[in-house]
Formats: sequence, structure tokens, C-alpha cells
Amino acid sequence: MFEQYIPVLFLIVLACAFGVGSLVVTGFIGPKRPNKIKNSAYESGMEPIGTAHERYSVKYYMVAMLFVVFDVEILFMYPWAVQFRMLGLFAFIEMLIFIGLLFAGYYYIIKKGVLEWE
Amino acid sequence: MGIESAFGDGYVTTTVDALANWARKNSVWPMPMGLSCCGIELMAMAGPRFDVSRFGSEVFRFSPRQADLLLVAGTCTYKMSKVVRKIWDQMPDPKWCIAMGACASTGGMFRSYPVAQGIDEFLPVDVYVPGCPPRPDAVIHALMQIQEKINHHSVMMDK
Repeated sequence: MFEQYIPVLFLIVLACAFGVGSLVVTGFIGPKRPNKIKNSAYESGMEPIGTAHERYSVKYYMVAMLFVVFDVEILFMYPWAVQFRMLGLFAFIEMLIFIGLLFAGYYYIIKKGVLEWE
Repeated sequence: MGIESAFGDGYVTTTVDALANWARKNSVWPMPMGLSCCGIELMAMAGPRFDVSRFGSEVFRFSPRQADLLLVAGTCTYKMSKVVRKIWDQMPDPKWCIAMGACASTGGMFRSYPVAQGIDEFLPVDVYVPGCPPRPDAVIHALMQIQEKINHHSVMMDK
């Protein structure tokens, strides 16, 4: 039953052996001349400034989260718009309530001052 | 040849140098430094008409960590020279360098204070390509010169 898959197993072993073998052999014959400049971070040839673990302003996350909320709103609108005639007045009022709820939230975050950057 | 006749048909023997050089010269991955108009000819070289992949160099690496060949194409100002030199320093050995075009080779027509009069002021250039800009096949010829140079390379030279 499984005998016919032996060539596949052989191919997998060969592929792995080639990958690992190449790495090992290049480790032996390749020259290694590490120095301070070579080990420094690649910033397109510029001097690296600061660390990679930079901290972003929390404002960014607020705006990103708000974007997701309104992005999902648009996403819900697409299937509704496609089937608008079939769904009729009921779906239209449902969608108005949905948009109204989000709009109330939008009014709330403006009042809270989330979108004020200073 | 002694050992090959002992093995019989179906076996090939080679030296580490020959195998390593064969692998190296057919996979010279360039780091393109398109500094000015020569960069357009450099792109044409990678395109289907001139098709540098015939020589194994179609993989343009935009990180020096994976590149073997620094292809400086165009006018190099002194301000840029520090960047080019740093990228060269960050490339792993063994590495090669082509100065493409009159500007990279000699400064070209820019005989002025901000322009390096040839990148060999700060880089060990292997092959110079004349032209303003050079045709893509001239750059391919330079690449073949690099391959010829790799042919005379020995693994023991790196140690």
C-alpha cells in the first residue's frame, strides 16, 4: 500500500539533505570577516538612529481602532446595497438604525476629544 | 584520470574549488545602486530583452546581506559615497564591484567639487564599464568578466 510512496519519501529526504548540506558546506568554505560596520543594522547605508523598539503614540491605536469600526460599517453596507431592492423598507430602516448607532458613537468620541491631537 | 576510472561510468569527480566557483559564478546576485540615468539601462539589462538571468544574475537584492556584486550605476556624489561605501562594507564576502558608466568610473562630465571622480576613490572596483550610459549588453560583458575572475578564485584564498 505505502510502497508506492517511497519515491516521494526519497524526494523529501533528498530535498532536505540538499538544503541542510548547502548550509553546512557554505559554513565551511565561505569566508567570514565580521566587523563592526558589517554587523551594524542596514538602514540603506545611513546611520541607524535609536532602537527598533520604538514606542508609538497611543493616539495611533485609537485612530486605527476607529478606522476598523467604520471599515466594518462600510463592509456591512455592500451586501445590503447589492440586495437593496429585494430587502425593501425593513432593511433600509435597520441600516439607518445601524448607521445612527455608529454616528452616535462618532459624536461621543469627538466630544471625548479623541481626535484632538494637541 | 586516476580515480574516475576506478569508479567507472556514472560517477563524476571534481574539486571543491571547481564546484564552488561554478556555483558562485552562476549566481552572482547584484545589489543595484542606480544613482542616476545608468540605472535605466540597468533595469533594461534585467528585463526580457537582454535577460541577465541567462547568467544567473537576475535576482536583484535590495539588501547587501544577500548580494555578491555591487553594481554602482551612475554619478556618485561625495555625499552619496559614504552610503555606497557602507553598503559595500555590509556585503558578505566574497564580493565584487562593477563601476557602470563614465560617471561611476571617472566622474564623467561632472568635473565638479561635489562629484567623486570615480568610485575607485573609495571602493575596490573589479570591472569598469565605459559608456554614457553603457548598453545593457556592455554590462552583461562586465558580468562575464566578473565570472571569469571568479573562475580563478580559490576557496583557500578566502581563509
